[in-house]
Amino acid sequence: MAKLHISATVNGEPTEFLCEPDETMLDVLRGPLGLTGSKEGCGSGDCGACSITLDGRLVCSCLMLAAEAEGADIRTIEGMAEGDTLHPLQRKFLEMAALQCGICTPGMLVAAKALLDRNPDPSESEVRYWLAGNLCRCTGYDKIVRAVLETAAEMREAVR
Amino acid sequence: MNEMTNKWIGRRTIRPDGAEKVTGRAAFAADTTMPGMIWGKLLRSPHPHAHIRAINTAKAEALTGVKAVVTARDIVDFPVDKSVMLGIQDMRWMCRNVMAREKALFHGHPIAAVAATTAEIAAEACKLIEVDYEVLPWAIEIDDALKPDAPILHDFIRFEGKPSNIAGKLEHKLGDIAEGFAKADVIVERTFTTRPVHQGYIEPQACLVSVTADGKATIWSSSQGHFMVRAMTSMLTGLPQSSIRAIPAEIGGGFGGKTIIYLEPVATMLAKKSGRPVKMVMTREEVMRATGPTSASKSTVKIGATKDGRIVAAQGAFYLQAGALPGSPIRGSAGCAFAPYNIPNVLSQGFDVVCNRSKVTAYRAPGAPIGAYPVECVLDEIAEKLGIDPLDLRLKNIAKEGTKAAHGPVYPRIGFAETVAAARAHPHYQAPLGPHQGRGVASGFWFNAGGESSAQVNITEDGNVVVTTGHPDIGGSRASIANITAELLGIDYRRVSVLIGDTASIGFSNLTGGSRALFASSMVVTQSIEKVIATLRERAAQIWQIDPEAVTWAEGAAHPAGKNAGNFPPLTLAEIAAKASATGGPIGAGVQLNTTGAEGGFATHICDVEVDLELGIVRVVRFTAFQDAGRAIHPSYVEGQMQGGVAQGIGWALNEEYIYNAKGQVDNPSFLDYRMPVCSDLPMIDTVIVEVPNPKHPQGVRGVGEASIVPPLAAISNAVHNALGKRFYALPISPPKVLAALKTTA
Ligand code: FES
Ligand code: FES
Repeated sequence: MAKLHISATVNGEPTEFLCEPDETMLDVLRGPLGLTGSKEGCGSGDCGACSITLDGRLVCSCLMLAAEAEGADIRTIEGMAEGDTLHPLQRKFLEMAALQCGICTPGMLVAAKALLDRNPDPSESEVRYWLAGNLCRCTGYDKIVRAVLETAAEMREAVR
Repeated sequence: MNEMTNKWIGRRTIRPDGAEKVTGRAAFAADTTMPGMIWGKLLRSPHPHAHIRAINTAKAEALTGVKAVVTARDIVDFPVDKSVMLGIQDMRWMCRNVMAREKALFHGHPIAAVAATTAEIAAEACKLIEVDYEVLPWAIEIDDALKPDAPILHDFIRFEGKPSNIAGKLEHKLGDIAEGFAKADVIVERTFTTRPVHQGYIEPQACLVSVTADGKATIWSSSQGHFMVRAMTSMLTGLPQSSIRAIPAEIGGGFGGKTIIYLEPVATMLAKKSGRPVKMVMTREEVMRATGPTSASKSTVKIGATKDGRIVAAQGAFYLQAGALPGSPIRGSAGCAFAPYNIPNVLSQGFDVVCNRSKVTAYRAPGAPIGAYPVECVLDEIAEKLGIDPLDLRLKNIAKEGTKAAHGPVYPRIGFAETVAAARAHPHYQAPLGPHQGRGVASGFWFNAGGESSAQVNITEDGNVVVTTGHPDIGGSRASIANITAELLGIDYRRVSVLIGDTASIGFSNLTGGSRALFASSMVVTQSIEKVIATLRERAAQIWQIDPEAVTWAEGAAHPAGKNAGNFPPLTLAEIAAKASATGGPIGAGVQLNTTGAEGGFATHICDVEVDLELGIVRVVRFTAFQDAGRAIHPSYVEGQMQGGVAQGIGWALNEEYIYNAKGQVDNPSFLDYRMPVCSDLPMIDTVIVEVPNPKHPQGVRGVGEASIVPPLAAISNAVHNALGKRFYALPISPPKVLAALKTTA
């Protein structure tokens, strides 16, 4: 099979890569692009460890063909901090111990950020249902949900 | 230890490995690559039970891109007639689990492996391997395996003189149960079943192995013990341990499931044969078919009590599924089941039953939830029959210091009564319930563990501290070690860095498992720091030209004491470090120990459920967990262990189970169909940390990782009974079962 040539923006950088027509975005991120922050927990869209945003929309990169990235704006966990300044969600996850093993964390953070980008004041239920696609086996979600709610509150405070 | 300050112990510090993990930079097992790396894939058995008559790999080897093929011939054989133990694992079973030998024993059992330039070619080549199978009848469930005419998995296993699928039996006995039951006013006897549940770590097993031409292997993999990886790989490949360097990747969850290995020896042989670094990564489907889970069980428990609620006798028979090869956690079930109570007459038996499923692996407090579930449900029935509050019934029979447990020990100071009393007094216990809601309670015990541990504490030339230990950190143990180090040295937490050393850079350290890691490593770290402080005092004494006995260490500095007090200004850690070379050389110390004194951990849980009468869904609406941590070095990660264990217990009680089809294959090998709790399934999980310090540990630590998964199964069952007035004796209490039960009551 001939490889496809794809041009996209990844974490703000113009990026070109070659991929097989049947290759997933997750494989390209983790392979040729070296962005291993997105994890593969299942490869079937059930765990959310591979969460990225595609033109601002939250997607499982394991369910997306790499070729679909043509012309798109892709954001991954690696693009979340600005230089050495962590995003408020990243900071809050650390302060509130919202991670144990940390394998779900990149996907959780990407998903949580996508939530706060569209809803700066989510209820606990809204957080729980929004994150229902991101499995965490370590934490029981308690500290994750609290960290997201707390970050939202802080970010609202900051814009005021 | 330094009792007076406690500046850092008990603080919610930021974990040392945190920034890497929230930015996606932490390297887990599948994240590492090497130049020239190729890919390994396993061919797995399509049958649940079959003789392997012949394997022909010629066509696979001939495929372009294939660099090596490995079968059981390349893995060291441990003959079935002689046990060779490594920790609690028998290498006879490990070698057969890693690669089928005489027989394929479950659907998904590895038969052969291929390494090729791409994963696709490796998979293609697997299909070209010709295997001549003689398919045999199989037994999946415990009842199938125990039938008189059941297919026998291993003809070398005998039970009571006959070929059998019962591979082992264990018994704990105390007093005389016949005498005990004779004194009982009320006796309840029930049979319960639980289904196999998977550890459910989000990171599938993965490894990268490089073997050089002189036979030196480097293994990057995620496991609960890289020394275990080294030892098992050594035994299964024949390479000496000194030729294997096992590097611990960050581990994406284990829960016991990564206390044994699957891929490393295979990848090592592929790498050795091909001369190329080999990477192997399991798919989720492979994880579900061929790793873990924990046992299914069938247990009968009988408890007798007097009218005033004194338990006089207890009996339990716990049958646990081992999977294809012996070794289910019967010790955890039979040992932990009655451990929370002071019962004069006990007979507790465990039976290890083999069947054609993947070999079970440890799962958080291995066996203990299976043992506690029937006991804690029967206690609920007894409390109901006697009209006694279920927590009061527990308090009346509570095990405490001096109690002789059926599984052996006489307890030292333990904190069980404190957890029950805290639950009894908690507002949750009195809170009103809504319609279709019910409340249940249960308790649980886990042994905890010590064992081998090594640490090295080095003072850097600029006066900071690097601590290296040898237990993989799964849930924040580095943060706790940093807290302890800062506390003991009297310095700021941020001046301490904590690393997990690989097998070449730190001494042997046992698995992270059994709630051992912090207990054991903080013991050796503490002793190392004591040595470092002794050196620091000597160096200061040398600088001041006084006797080292006349120097004390406090607040990160040496102070002259006794008759010299006030004669010199204090010397800080940084000042002494700067003069290290002039005063005798680098400053550091290491300690290696086989640690003992990990005393048991107890938990008590209160759970409220709400039953959806139309859909049959049981929802947990409120949960409070009480647990004796001994000492919470980092409270957030203690709470995290409690919350995580509870969530797994909720999954076990309500949703999770393996479903097999008529062909003896797992029918739900994905996260879609194997339904673990997701965020919207759970409420907040409230925690109350009880601290009754372990007298045998310098900081008072008891393990905290396991006890939290023990009570939820029964707490939830008891809550469902409280909501519906109906008892369930089989887990999971899933919607079809609830609807069926509601129909029979209606
Ligand atoms: S790896 Fe994409 S959802 Fe699990
Ligand atoms: S922190 Fe381990 S899976 Fe979420």
